[in-house]
Amino acid sequence: MKGINMKRRVFQSVATIIALSAVLMLGACHKKAAPPPPPPPPPPASPTASISVSPDTIQAGQSATLSWQTSNATDVSIDGIGAVQASGSQSVAPTASTTYHLTAKGSGGTQDATTRLTVTQAQAPMATTPSPTDEDLFGQTVKDIYFDYDKSDLRSDQQADIQADAQFLNQHTNINFIIEGHCDSRGSTEYNLALGDQRASSVKNALVSAGVTASRIKTISFGKEKPFCMEENEACWQQNRRGHFVYQK
Amino acid sequence: MDDSTNRPPCMFDSHNSTSPCHPERSNPIRFANQIAQSKDPFCKRSTKDLARRLCNNFAILTFLTLLLLATTCISFAQDWVRTGSGLGVEKVRLAVPDFKPSSADPQNTALLKTFNDTFWNDLDNSGVVELISKSFYPLQVPGQPPEVTFGVWNSPPPNAAMLAFGNLSVAAGKLTVQGWLYDVKNTASPLVIGKQYTDVPTDDAARLIAHKFADEIIFRLGGGIPGIAESKIFFVSDRSGHKEIWAMDYDGSNQRQVTHQLSISLSPRISPDGSRLAFSSLTKSGWEILMYSIDLDRLVSFPHFGGTNLSPSWSPDGARLSFSSSRGGHSEIYVSDSSGGNLHAMTTGRGPDVSPAWNRKTGSQIAFVSGSTGLPQVYTMEADGTNQQRMTDQGYAVSPNWSPNGQFLTLAWTRKYGPGEPGSSDIYLMDIASKQWVQLTHDGGRNDFPSWSPDGRHIVFQSSRSGKEEIWEMLADGTKLHQLTFTGRNSQPNWSWK
Repeated sequence: MKGINMKRRVFQSVATIIALSAVLMLGACHKKAAPPPPPPPPPPASPTASISVSPDTIQAGQSATLSWQTSNATDVSIDGIGAVQASGSQSVAPTASTTYHLTAKGSGGTQDATTRLTVTQAQAPMATTPSPTDEDLFGQTVKDIYFDYDKSDLRSDQQADIQADAQFLNQHTNINFIIEGHCDSRGSTEYNLALGDQRASSVKNALVSAGVTASRIKTISFGKEKPFCMEENEACWQQNRRGHFVYQK
Repeated sequence: MDDSTNRPPCMFDSHNSTSPCHPERSNPIRFANQIAQSKDPFCKRSTKDLARRLCNNFAILTFLTLLLLATTCISFAQDWVRTGSGLGVEKVRLAVPDFKPSSADPQNTALLKTFNDTFWNDLDNSGVVELISKSFYPLQVPGQPPEVTFGVWNSPPPNAAMLAFGNLSVAAGKLTVQGWLYDVKNTASPLVIGKQYTDVPTDDAARLIAHKFADEIIFRLGGGIPGIAESKIFFVSDRSGHKEIWAMDYDGSNQRQVTHQLSISLSPRISPDGSRLAFSSLTKSGWEILMYSIDLDRLVSFPHFGGTNLSPSWSPDGARLSFSSSRGGHSEIYVSDSSGGNLHAMTTGRGPDVSPAWNRKTGSQIAFVSGSTGLPQVYTMEADGTNQQRMTDQGYAVSPNWSPNGQFLTLAWTRKYGPGEPGSSDIYLMDIASKQWVQLTHDGGRNDFPSWSPDGRHIVFQSSRSGKEEIWEMLADGTKLHQLTFTGRNSQPNWSWK
C-alpha cells in the first residue's frame, strides 16, 4: 500500500511538474508567438489594402511577383490587370517600369495602395556606356609570358600565348606598351636585373618577329625588385619569373 | 720597440712570399692546413696525415673534407677557417685603460664615453692587437706619462707589451685629446706615439679623434698598413620608403642618407679618392648609371646610354668606369672614362654579363659575372677584354670583389644551387692564381655583395641571417662577425678605398 501510495504521489508530483512546465512553456511560447491581441474590427469596417512586388527591380524580359492583401473589401482591382481576388499574388513581366495601383472597395469605403516595379533595359547599358577601351582590351587579352628558372628563352608552352599577344597587338596598332622583365627572389640583385632585361628582350624579339613594330615596345627590367608574389616556394617563384605587359597609351 | 711590431703583416702581403700564411700554389693541402689551423695540436696533426693520404687525386674535394675535419676537432663554431692575420705571429698584447678627464667641464663625461667606446672598438675590430681585458688592469690608470707605473703593466696579470692611454678635456669651447702609445717592456725609451688632437666639443668630433688615434696605433702595430677607422661604407637602404644610397662610418655609426631619387637606386661604388659615388638607378629612361658628387652633395651629369645600365666599378686610378649595359641588345661589360666618354664593350655573347670589379691593385684586370654557360659564374679578363678565364667551377657565383693587394677575390657563391637544392649563398675567398677557395661564412641566411676594407683585413657584406637583409662585417678570415645595420632592409655595401 505504502509503495503504491508512494508511486501515486510520485506520479502525481511528476504529472504536476509536467503539467506546470507545459503551462509555463505554453505560456512562454504563447507570449513569444502572440501578436498584439487582434483588435476586433470596428463595426463600420473600412477596407485595408497593401501591395508589394518582389523583386522591385528587374531587367526587361525578367518577371517579378506581385502580392497583395486586402480586407473588408468586396471589389478589388489592380489597374492594368483588372479585378482580382481579395488577396493573392501574380507573376508580372512588364517591359517598362510600371506602377501597380490596387483599389479595394467595400461597404466601409475605398482604400488605395501602390507599388512600383522598376524595369531596367538590358540593352541600355550597352547603348549608354562606351565600348571597352584599348586599355581594357589590352588588360583582358594580352597574357604575360612565363620563364623557367635562370632562363630567358621562350618556353614552348608559352608560344601560344605570345602568338595570341602578337595577333592582338597587330590588330591594335595604336597601342604602345612596356614589357617588364621580372625574376624570382632567389639569386643576386645585379644578376637578376640583367636576367630580367634579357627576359623582356626575349618577349620583345618574339613580338617583333611576329610583326609588331619595335618602336611601340619599351622594355624595362625589375629584376627581383617588384615581385608579384612574396612567398618562398616554386609556385610563387614561377609567378615572379615573367615578362609582364603594361599598357602605355 | 718590441720586435713584433716591426713584422710585416702576414695576411695578403703580396711582397712577402715566405709569409707562413701565403697560399702555396703548388700544394693546396698546405694552404688548407694553414687556413684551417686548429687550436688543438693533436687535431692538427691528424688532419695533416689524413690530408696527405687524400691529396693526390682530389685536391678540391680533400680541401673541403679537411676543412670539415678540422672543424669537427674544434669545439668552437666560429673557428671554421682561419686565413689568419698573423698566423705564427703573436698578436701584440695591448692594454687600453679608459682615457681620463683633464678638466672639470661637465661635457667631459659624455664625450669621454663616446671616445673610450669608439677607441676600444676600433682597436678590437682591427684584428691586429690582442686587447687585454680591463679586469686585469690596476686600480690606478694613467692619464699622463708621469703616471705610468711600468711594473704593474708589463708583468702579470695584464702582462702588456703596449699601453695606450691619455686624457680628454673641454676648455674654452674646444675639445682636446692627448694620447700616448707606450712600449711598456722598454722602460728606458717607452714612447712609440704621442699625439694631441683639438676639435669642436661634439660627439662626432670625439668619435673622429678616437678613429684617428686608433688608426695611428693600428698603423704602427699592424706593420705599416693604414687603419680603417676613418673609412666609410656606402650601402642601399629602404628605410626612407625607397631604395636609396646611404653612408655610414666603418663601425656602423653615423648612418645618413645620400641620394633622394625616390625610385630604386642600387649598387653604390665610391671612387678611389672618395669624391664621387657611381650607382645605378631606375630613371624615366630605364636603368642608368648616375654620378653623385660627395664634395658638392648633389648629382653631377653622367650620360644616359639607353638599355639597362647596372653595377658600376671604378678603376684604381679613378680615370675609368666599368659597368654592364644592354644598350646593344644583350647585357655586356663596358668600359668608359670616368665622365662616361669613350665607351666600348669588353664582352660579347648571349649570356647576361654583369657586376664587373676592377683589380684594385693593378687596374689591369676585371672580374665579372656571366650567365653565358647557364647559372652565373665568376670570370676574370684583362681590362681590354682579352684572356677571359672562368674562376668558379659550379653552382651560382656572383658579386666578385678584389682584395686591395690584387691577389684574392671575395665573392658570393652557392656551390649547390637549383630547384630542390636549398643551398645558401655564402661568402668565399679565392686565390686568383690557383683558384683555391675558402668558405668564410657558414652561419645561415643568404650572404651576398662582399666588399673588402682598405686594409684588406675586413670584409663587409649583406646577410639575411638575422631574418632580414642587413649589413654585416667580419675579419677576412670569417671571424669577429658583427652586424652594422638594424633599421629597414640594407644591402650591397661598398667599402671606401681609404
